[in-house]
Amino acid sequence: MTVPATGAGSALRRHGLAAFAYLLPALVVFGVFVFWPLVKSVVLSVQGTDILGDPSGWVGLVNYGKLFNDPDFAKVLWVTFGFTVLTVVPSIAIALLAALLLQGRIRGIRFFRTAFALPFAFSVATASVIFGVLYNPASGVLNGMLSHVGVDKVHWLTDPDLALFSVSGATVWMEIGYNLLVLSAGLGALPEDVLEAARLDGAHGWRLQRSIVMPLITPQLFFLVVVGTIHSLQSFGQIKILTVGGPEGRTTTLVYSIYEQAFANNNSNYGYASAQAMVLLLVVLVITALQFGVLERKVFYR
Amino acid sequence: MSDPSRVRRTGRPRANLGSYVVLGLLFLVVCFPVYYGLVGSLMGERDTNSFPPALWPVSGLHPENYGDALRIIPLGSQYLTSVLQTAAITVGQLVTSALAAYAFVFLPLRWRAFWFGLFLSTMMIPFESIIIPNYLLISSLGLKDTIAGLALPFLATGFGTFLLRQSFLSFPVELRDAARVDGAGHVRFLCSILVPLSRPSLAALGIWSALSAWNMYFWPLLATEDPRHQTIQIGISQLQTSDSDSPGMVLAGVMLALFPTLLLVVFGQRFIVRGLTAGAVK
Repeated sequence: MTVPATGAGSALRRHGLAAFAYLLPALVVFGVFVFWPLVKSVVLSVQGTDILGDPSGWVGLVNYGKLFNDPDFAKVLWVTFGFTVLTVVPSIAIALLAALLLQGRIRGIRFFRTAFALPFAFSVATASVIFGVLYNPASGVLNGMLSHVGVDKVHWLTDPDLALFSVSGATVWMEIGYNLLVLSAGLGALPEDVLEAARLDGAHGWRLQRSIVMPLITPQLFFLVVVGTIHSLQSFGQIKILTVGGPEGRTTTLVYSIYEQAFANNNSNYGYASAQAMVLLLVVLVITALQFGVLERKVFYR
Repeated sequence: MSDPSRVRRTGRPRANLGSYVVLGLLFLVVCFPVYYGLVGSLMGERDTNSFPPALWPVSGLHPENYGDALRIIPLGSQYLTSVLQTAAITVGQLVTSALAAYAFVFLPLRWRAFWFGLFLSTMMIPFESIIIPNYLLISSLGLKDTIAGLALPFLATGFGTFLLRQSFLSFPVELRDAARVDGAGHVRFLCSILVPLSRPSLAALGIWSALSAWNMYFWPLLATEDPRHQTIQIGISQLQTSDSDSPGMVLAGVMLALFPTLLLVVFGQRFIVRGLTAGAVK
């Protein structure tokens, strides 16, 4: 990995400095736009905010105390949890089903592969706007189709009991392409000799998938659960575009709540929003730590 | 499921009818929004605003939707903003990542493990958790509504450095030594030998950077106010709220925003797969 430095000690020191110079451009960007904001976020979270949106001085842990006594914030965490489960589980399950089916000898396999990867090209804004049109209660295609089977107009995005499911559905669609690409890459790299040996031993169909293929792709599945969860936690655009956090806050996730406190309606409630941002950071760090520490050992690696 | 007698000694079992039915259903679900986005962008209000709405352009094609989308939001200047922002971020990430990866692999660096850990740690910090101080910084510098404000926070990436480091590590040491014997210094070796020979990895990083920059939503929403300086992603999302009576025009705007990334995904798929599992980046 390392190439031993040749030459005298002075050359080594000179090279040591030179090496640092190569890191410097990235380090400056990280310093100004990642690490300093990180410190600033902590500082903001222990400060109040005056009416102009300026930090109003040290308030200690008041913002955090407020968080954990705020029934609205409990609701935010609950919605975030629901949204994560409703997006991560179905998007992996559907992609896994498609990936396994595409492993067989299928006519037109290239066509299917390209078609299933298409959602990957969509941004959160383009996909959300299309789903907004489809979900439109008065003239949307979804209600149009349901009307043929006698279902009354469904208010996909404004019914409090339905909105989270509708936003999650759109999000699942956005995630399928990526998940399928990861799982297909994993399945494509499976050792053919192991599969062949299993087939010769009489394992076919569902049994082959469950006993041989699934354990072999647990690393990919595990990776997708972690990445999908973190990505779900960061979701913002679909909520802003489709429901604006409503109805009655039923789709206000953690990140949307941060946006609402800090930026919506000129709220400028930076202190309280920063405390919520710290909760987000903590959750993501814990999940990342879980990935590296505990769970990874239980995953089957060949 | 599959009949054992049809399994050849080598090769995979042939798919049965059930597989095709399930695949067909999945295909419908996945492709319908794509289909409706494209076809809807060409449909007139007679088709889209009736109930139940038409599923194909019954009353003729309406390509003028595209002209309307371009006229109602300043889509032309928004396109330019998006292109400049994407170019700045892509070039910036390629340069800073290549330089850092070079130092990590080829140069004697003090506290190498510490610096590398620091780079990787940036991948674990969700940008949403530090977006408030970034917003305050960019506004206090007067950089709102500028390309600099849109691009600066994203000019370096831990993921990109990691990806290029993996690629540089597999570079044959003999070739490097030969270049050194021939008198090539670090800069010359990096520019005229390493970079040309690492094109697939650079392409992978470039495509990932471009995709994520073009598709960004939260940051451009905060960093811009003037419609003329907003990116196309913000533009089309406001098209929806500004004129929901004309879904055809809204969808035309979506198609215009989608076009470049669609090309990248269809033609750059092998590069995308290369960067796929290298890090938790989407």
